Amino acid sequence: MIVLSINGQDSQVDVPDDMPLLWVLRDVLGMNGTKFGCGIAQCGACTVHLDEQAVRSCVLPVAGAVGKKITTIEGVGGTDLGQRVQKAWLGIEVAQCGYCQTGQIMAATALLAQKPSPTDADIDSAMSGNLCRCGTYVRIRAAIKQAATGQITLPQTIA
Amino acid sequence: MTLRVDRAQEEPGLQDPQRREWLKRGGLVVAFISLGGARHVWGFPEHARLDADHPQFAPNAFVRVNRDGSVQLVMPSIEMGQGAYTGQATLLAEELDVGLDQIAVEHAPPNRKLYTNPLLGDQATGGSTTIRFCWTTLRDAGAAARSMLVAAAAQRWKVDPGQCTTAHGVVTHTPSGRTLSYGELADAAGQLTPPAKAPLKDPKQFQLIGKSLRRVDTPGKVDGTLAFGMDIRVAGMKVATVQASPTFGGKLVSVDETRARAIPGVIDVVKLDNAVAVIGEHFWAAKKGLEALDIHWDPGANGAFTTEQLFKDLADASEHGTPILGREVGQVGNVKGKLISATYQLPMLAHATMEPLNTTVHVRPDACEIWVGTQVPARCVDVAMKVTGLPAESIQVHNQYMGGGFGRRLFEDSVEQAVAIAKQVAYPVKVIWTREEDIAQDRYRAAYYDRISATLDDQGRPQAWTDRTTGASVMATFAPGAMGKNGLDPDLVECAAELPYAIPNLRVDWVRHDMPTGLHVGWWRGVGPTHNVFVVESFIDELAHAAGKDPAAYRRDLVSDNPRARGVLDLAIQKSGWGSGSLPPRHGRGIALAAPFGSFLCVVMEVEVSPQGEVIMRRAVAAVDCGTVINPNTVEAQIQGGLVYGWSAALYSGITLKHGAVEQRNFNDYRVLRMNQTPPTEVYLVPSTETPGGIGETGTVMAMPSLANAIFAATGVRLRTLPIDTSALVQDKHALDAVLSATTPDPSAASDALAAIVRTPT
Repeated sequence: MIVLSINGQDSQVDVPDDMPLLWVLRDVLGMNGTKFGCGIAQCGACTVHLDEQAVRSCVLPVAGAVGKKITTIEGVGGTDLGQRVQKAWLGIEVAQCGYCQTGQIMAATALLAQKPSPTDADIDSAMSGNLCRCGTYVRIRAAIKQAATGQITLPQTIA
Repeated sequence: MTLRVDRAQEEPGLQDPQRREWLKRGGLVVAFISLGGARHVWGFPEHARLDADHPQFAPNAFVRVNRDGSVQLVMPSIEMGQGAYTGQATLLAEELDVGLDQIAVEHAPPNRKLYTNPLLGDQATGGSTTIRFCWTTLRDAGAAARSMLVAAAAQRWKVDPGQCTTAHGVVTHTPSGRTLSYGELADAAGQLTPPAKAPLKDPKQFQLIGKSLRRVDTPGKVDGTLAFGMDIRVAGMKVATVQASPTFGGKLVSVDETRARAIPGVIDVVKLDNAVAVIGEHFWAAKKGLEALDIHWDPGANGAFTTEQLFKDLADASEHGTPILGREVGQVGNVKGKLISATYQLPMLAHATMEPLNTTVHVRPDACEIWVGTQVPARCVDVAMKVTGLPAESIQVHNQYMGGGFGRRLFEDSVEQAVAIAKQVAYPVKVIWTREEDIAQDRYRAAYYDRISATLDDQGRPQAWTDRTTGASVMATFAPGAMGKNGLDPDLVECAAELPYAIPNLRVDWVRHDMPTGLHVGWWRGVGPTHNVFVVESFIDELAHAAGKDPAAYRRDLVSDNPRARGVLDLAIQKSGWGSGSLPPRHGRGIALAAPFGSFLCVVMEVEVSPQGEVIMRRAVAAVDCGTVINPNTVEAQIQGGLVYGWSAALYSGITLKHGAVEQRNFNDYRVLRMNQTPPTEVYLVPSTETPGGIGETGTVMAMPSLANAIFAATGVRLRTLPIDTSALVQDKHALDAVLSATTPDPSAASDALAAIVRTPT
């Protein structure tokens, strides 16, 4: 039996040690916000935080997450920073199909936790591992800046 | 599979002015337009009343008002990211007089009678038709519902309905100030007969249309609560993953499943004619089980097929095949002048939606239930009937939000396969394709081989134009009834036969060359226009260059009789600073102008090409006239995203075949654009009161030619083959060749030489 600390709660799972965290979250624990996109850490749809670092859960054996603090999209809104990122995402209306966006938000939140005022190069470096086939990159960049500074650079959608 | 395409409607319909307008607007629409008179009553033949226990107000297939005042709007199209639900809800809500914050949207069930898109002749979402097909009908549906609610209030108050106004879900009797909410009126309104036609608002009174309203689907997309097909979980469900024959048209001969069955969590191994699936307690077990199978395939007839063979066959067909006429104007053969000719080649492309294909199915002896994100819900019922032998009423399809479609989910092959797998087991099963399977078993954008030529007069203007496209037909299998009488697939000449430019003599034709049996082609974002606009707009650039003219000025001269084309051209010139200021060496601006899907677009790209041939996109400016804009934010997003999709294909993507199988496996070798490669992108909308045009695919259409033309401006290299071969863009190619072909590899010498190239001043 493996014990995982996910979003501040302990969960016990009976799974093989080499099973990627992604499938433990999705198929064993029923936490569907973390997405499967490629299975080889090429697209970032499965991004979660492990001790506040962005990691690709599709290639992370679950044994490697034991004893560490796992945060998923279901829990990221529990912090002020996570909420700011989600709010900026909605204000700018980043999401189209939305499938990659939970991973994008996790990557962006990890970036901002480490670099509260990221440069464009910082954003490129942190976010270029997260693919978006709808092509929302221009807005992701703007949303990260909005979350960082609180300043609105693009027109906001009307709620 | 049957597609309700009424061929008899085609010719008489040409007399209808509205239909002639569509004809001008695009071949795919021409091909699909079919249901004629049905348009006027579309959505109304069944009122979709709910059962007696739920006495809600459900006046038509789209609007439901409950006693508590909540409003559900049923979406005839599907949501794959393009903003369809928000756009369609806006049309309904505008005339119903409710706010988008007061409504919830629902996926439409499969029901061709209620939810057929008349422009596609089926319950389908594609072809950038979502707003175009329902611009009037959904407003009609909202207005009819509103008028019934007003009538119910007027009856209760015993007043003239003309004295009543509506706003935000409330009817007000203006003289007395009395009010009733829609919820309070739901039961009474439900007793009334829907009007044949209710008056629509004057566009000046629009409260919602034209505003950047928050999308109805995005709150759940930023906190992970919105469910895609991939997220479906039903009681007792197991998870499968599958491999089909890597070689197209191949068959399964045998499979040794001993090792797979020994893996903990593996439950079943299911064999189909051309595929094997492993079912597990979870995806990981299924995937490990699949990898442990020892599969023996019969590759069939295509075992030696390659991309080289494909383009050789296409070239041969272009030269020697029988062309089918797309459009002919004047006499191209009689024109004398300077002849310019070129040949363009476009690769096969995969869709690579972020959400890999998946379908959850439960087949029982008497019923089949399917959960899937699909662009063609009714066709999913068709294939389930075929596989299970059950009647349509025993099959339920629950449509889901889609993690991208781009045309891939217009094909129900993965659903058919999933039903065939589920039929062999007693429990519900979610079949998930790996990314590798998604790339290897796509319905690919076909490869094309186009020969194009023009004869220029003394001023360099084209007086004659010929364009012969060669490639496979998607329509022939997708909607055979939509093929032209002469065998023309209009998709092959869309945006090639109808140019925005005034050219007096023109002949555009197509040589049909289908893929080998088993290799399926499909619709890919931008369909015919993505293919043809790249060729046409690259070639127009070639003509401008041959004429010694500025590419923007050259185009401007040819659209003097086309005010909307000229409008977007001038706007893009102005906003991009075209012609102003000099750019550094190996920087360049490229332009493309086109009128796809009933809209007009001009895109200016600015690029830098490094001495090593790396393309750095610096800035994109798009001017868009798509008629009346429903939601400016959505239009901008579609242009931004559509461009990225097209740039990905131009720069990186290309499917190649070897041994009759796809060589690419995942995002490592089927590369797509990333954030660090995406330029700032500006979108400018032309204010317009014209009927809405399509928008979802237009950015993709414009991406490739504007980029290739910018690269030409920066380097002088004309790119006639995609994806872009950056080795052709290396500044000092001779030096690079020397490095790469050094017979006695000396790492230090090679790196010195490379460093010299890198240092070459630009």
